[in-house]
This record gives sequence, C-alpha cells and structure tokens, in this order.
Amino acid sequence: MHGGLAGMMHGLASQDGVASDPLNRLDERGMDRKSERSGERGATRVRSRVTIRKDDVQVPAPFAYERATSVDHALELLERLGPEARLLAGGHSLLPMMKLRVAAPEHLIDLDPLAVQLGYIREQAGEVRIGAMTRHREILASDLLARRLTMFTDAERLIADPLVRNRGTIGGALCQADPAEDLSSVIAALQGRAVIRSRSGEREVAMREFHVGPYETVVGEAEMLIEVRVPLREGAGSAYEKVKRRAGDWAVAAVGAALWLSGGTIEGAGIGTTAVGGGVTSERAEAALVGERPAEEVFDRAAEIAAEDCDPVADQRGSVDYKRHLTAELTRRALRRAAARALGAEA
Amino acid sequence: MQITMTVNGEEYTREVEPRMLLTHFLRDELGLTGTHWGCDTSNCGTCSVLMDGDPVKSCTVLAATASGHQIRTVEGLEVDGVLDPVQQGFSEMHGLQCGFCTPGMMMTARALLDENPNPTEAEIREAISGQICRCTGYATIVRSIRWAADHPAAATHTEEVAS
Ligand SMILES: Cc1cc2nc3c(=O)[nH]c(=O)nc-3n(C[C@H](O)[C@H](O)[C@H](O)COP(=O)(O)OP(=O)(O)OC[C@H]3O[C@@H](n4cnc5c(N)ncnc54)[C@H](O)[C@@H]3O)c2cc1C
Ligand code: FES
Ligand code: FES
Repeated sequence: MHGGLAGMMHGLASQDGVASDPLNRLDERGMDRKSERSGERGATRVRSRVTIRKDDVQVPAPFAYERATSVDHALELLERLGPEARLLAGGHSLLPMMKLRVAAPEHLIDLDPLAVQLGYIREQAGEVRIGAMTRHREILASDLLARRLTMFTDAERLIADPLVRNRGTIGGALCQADPAEDLSSVIAALQGRAVIRSRSGEREVAMREFHVGPYETVVGEAEMLIEVRVPLREGAGSAYEKVKRRAGDWAVAAVGAALWLSGGTIEGAGIGTTAVGGGVTSERAEAALVGERPAEEVFDRAAEIAAEDCDPVADQRGSVDYKRHLTAELTRRALRRAAARALGAEA
Repeated sequence: MQITMTVNGEEYTREVEPRMLLTHFLRDELGLTGTHWGCDTSNCGTCSVLMDGDPVKSCTVLAATASGHQIRTVEGLEVDGVLDPVQQGFSEMHGLQCGFCTPGMMMTARALLDENPNPTEAEIREAISGQICRCTGYATIVRSIRWAADHPAAATHTEEVAS
C-alpha cells in the first residue's frame, strides 16, 4: 500500500497535471476493481478513466448539496438519492479525492449539522461509545480514553496535524478505510465494534470484520456508521507505536497492542497493525500471548509472528524488509508499554 | 445555493455553487485575499482560518459547510487600527520573510493563545505543525508567538508600525 491517499496526492499536486497517476496507483490497490462492482458504497468510487487537466485539480466536479438535519434525514436522503450520493463528514479525505476526480459523487449529504448530536465519547454499559462525528481533536482530548483506552490517545497524537484533527472524524476515518489509517487498527486491537444504521434497522459489526479491502468497508449504500463501541476491561493496558517520516505524515508502519491481565497472566491480547498490509490484526500473535506472563521473550515471539503476518508493499516510505522490521520492533515496544500500563507502572 | 456566514463579525449572504471551497469564497467572493492558497491538498496550512474559534484548512472545507458558522481570517486580527499582539509579535521577532505562510501561522497562533495563554515552545511547535514555512526555519515564528504570549495587552496602532 502506498500509505495515505493525502500523502500521495501531495506528491501529485507538485507535478504538472499528471493526475492520471493516482488512478494508476489506485489501480495497484485494487480500487478500480471495486468501482466496477455495483451495489456497494465504499470510500472510493472511481467512475471512469478520466484524464484530468491541471486546471481541474482545484475544485471538485459539480454536485448537488444537501444538509442532513438528523440521522433519519441522512438515511432517507441516502435511500432516495441512491448510489451516486455520498456522506460528507470532515471532508478531509473526500474533498481531496473529489478535487482529483478520483471521486465524483452527484450528491453530497453534509453531516456537519450532526457534529453535536453524533459528537460524543461516553462510558455506558461497560464500554466506551464514540459517536461517528466525533473529531480526532475530541478523541485526543478525552480524559476517559486517556485513562482507560490509552491506545487512542497515543494514536491521535500522531494522526495528521492539529488542523486536520479539528475537522477529521472517527466515522470518516473508518469509512475511508485507507490502509494507512490509524484508528481501524486501534479499534480492532481493542476488540471494538461498529454500529451501522439504515432505514430498516441497526446492526453491529466487529471492527475486525469492518474492512472488506483497501478503501472498502461493509457499510452498504443506504447505510451509515453511527457509533463505535469499545469494551472496557479490568487489568487492561494498551499502547500505540507509530513511525512516520515527518510531522503530519501518514505511518510508515504502526502497531497497537492491548493486554488484559488477570493475576499476572495475560488473559487476552489485541495486536493491530497499520500500513503494512495483511489484516489489521495478527490473531496468531495474539494467541501466542494468551496464557503467558508478560515478559520480553513472550513479546519477542509475538513480535516475530506479527512481522510474519504482515504483507507490506515497498513504496517511497520504505522497503518491504524495513516495514517488516518496523512491525516487529513496534509490536515489541507497544507490548512493553501496554504491559507497564496494565500493571499500573506507566500512565 | 444561498449561504450565510459570519466573517470577522460581519454577516455575508451569497449565492454560490455547492462545490465552492471556503478559501475561494473568502478570496474571490468577499475579496479577503489575506487568506492564502497554496498546496490545495490540505498539507501546507497557508489557507488556515478560524472556524468557530478552531483553526482549519479552508481549502478543504466547503463554503456550504461553513454556512452558519463563525469564520475569522487574518483581516479580523487588527481591530480599529490596533494590531493583535500576534501581529505585533511577528513584526517584533521577524516571524516572516516572504509572508506566504504568515496569515495561516498567525491565525493558528491566535487560536492557540486563546486556549492556552502561556504555551511552552513544544506546545507552540505542535500547534503550527500542520503548516509549512519555506523561509524562516520556524524559529522566529515560535519566538513571535511567544512574544505575543508575553505581551497579551500589547496594543500597537498600525501607524506606529508603519512609521
Ligand atoms: C494531510 C492529512 C494527513 C492525514 N494523516 C493521517 C494519519 O496520519 N493517520 C490517519 O489515520 N489519518 C490521517 N488523515 C485522515 C484524516 O485524519 C481523516 O480521518 C480523514 O480525512 C477522514 O475523515 P473525515 O471526517 O474527513 O471523512 P470524509 O472525508 O468526510 O469522508 C471519508 C469517507 O467516509 C464516508 N463517511 C464519512 N462519515 C461516514 C459515516 N458516518 N457513515 C458512512 N460513511 C461515512 C464518506 O462518504 C467518505 O467516503 C490525514 C488527512 C490529511 C488531509
Ligand atoms: S492550501 Fe490549504 S493546506 Fe495548502
Ligand atoms: S515566510 Fe515565507 S513561507 Fe513562511
């Protein structure tokens, strides 16, 4: 994976109108295959092999604009307007894609008016519930998450930059499903679930099953992600470790680890990996941890397995070997910090 | 479509295309060209303005989305001929060379100081980390913002700076 469409487009914008490049590169990621599939509403819909002139790379193609006044209203609009309609959350992935004509929806349904209604982080029924329009900034600032699910706080510190975090939402991030996106692996490692709603009802999907592929999720055409639910456990500690080339950049590689300890033994473990292909979790590495006591040899073994399970692609951010090496090392570091936090030895 | 937003305390209503970006609305519709437009890919931050008090990259916000919100641009820093301490700080500490990044930097600085009047150097650097300056090497920008923090009541008239 190339790790971050925005980063990719940054490179693009500095070239002279070679905007057919993203289509080729998206191709490599299987994005246009997806576009040929009908009936699915993933993050990206590459409609045709349009040639883009330099002048076009400044504003999106025309579309009709609607403001959602409630969740029901948004769902009704999605149903009525059909597959050519897209939800707009923070716009920090969708608008850049529209400028590049990688996406050209006919209708945009702006969720901005729902920012308050769907912008919350609350503890309820033994879990933390985060509304889909909660912005990165609010996740970073949450005391509840910093105390109980520290992996979120670690990850948010290194997601994009403060200005992007002021607009980007958790719902947009997850539905964009960029392989270099951080929160998917955080939530998958923590065994969280996504609540998806349509006019006919609501369903819950484990974050581990949320992604169908790069830029593609299980959220259907007339559905909307409403909330994320993450279980709270006793004896838990979690951490996220990410390496990026510079401030504001996407990950070269990142790993999140969660440990649930009971009587000094690892009762459960979660390992999420970002930007290194494979699945977003390494279930074999998780299994290797369960039943053991937290110790360096145990972490080494899990780190080795996580590195085996990933499937990185060489790009401008690094070689396959380097990314594999990072996956092992970051797994080790995240496990050490998660264990220290579970044992109350580190904040 | 018709949109209405408050920019620097004044309400504006305009007929715009839904695809118009906030940067272009400010620059082309309202003539507020203080907000610059650079990379257009939400990377450089020169287009930063305050939306309900928070800095955002206006090249990546639709004007339609900003409808109903409060926008503040660099033109709104000076009030009745009195400079904002942030503006004076950039003048005192040589916070700019070519000036291209400056409006965005100053707006982010204003938002930072509104929230945290006494930021550390690390906090200042974090606050401007989404913005690129090709000239200063950032050190003088950090000093300028620190100057503004140290002189919250600075009230320099524009003529004094000019003279
Ligand atoms: C310069 C830059 C750097 C970045 N760096 C990082 C990084 O390091 N790590 C990282 O993880 N992210 C990064 N991002 C991504 C960013 O943080 C946002 O998370 C991302 O742009 C998506 O959020 P959004 O709210 O802006 O979504 P939008 O752009 O509004 O939407 C994205 C997609 O999700 C769909 N969608 C939105 N909300 C819903 C919903 N509730 N239900 C169903 N579908 C929905 C939209 O239709 C669209 O297809 C970066 C972005 C930029 C611009
Ligand atoms: S022009 Fe908006 S971030 Fe560069
Ligand atoms: S002063 Fe020239 S870009 Fe910052």
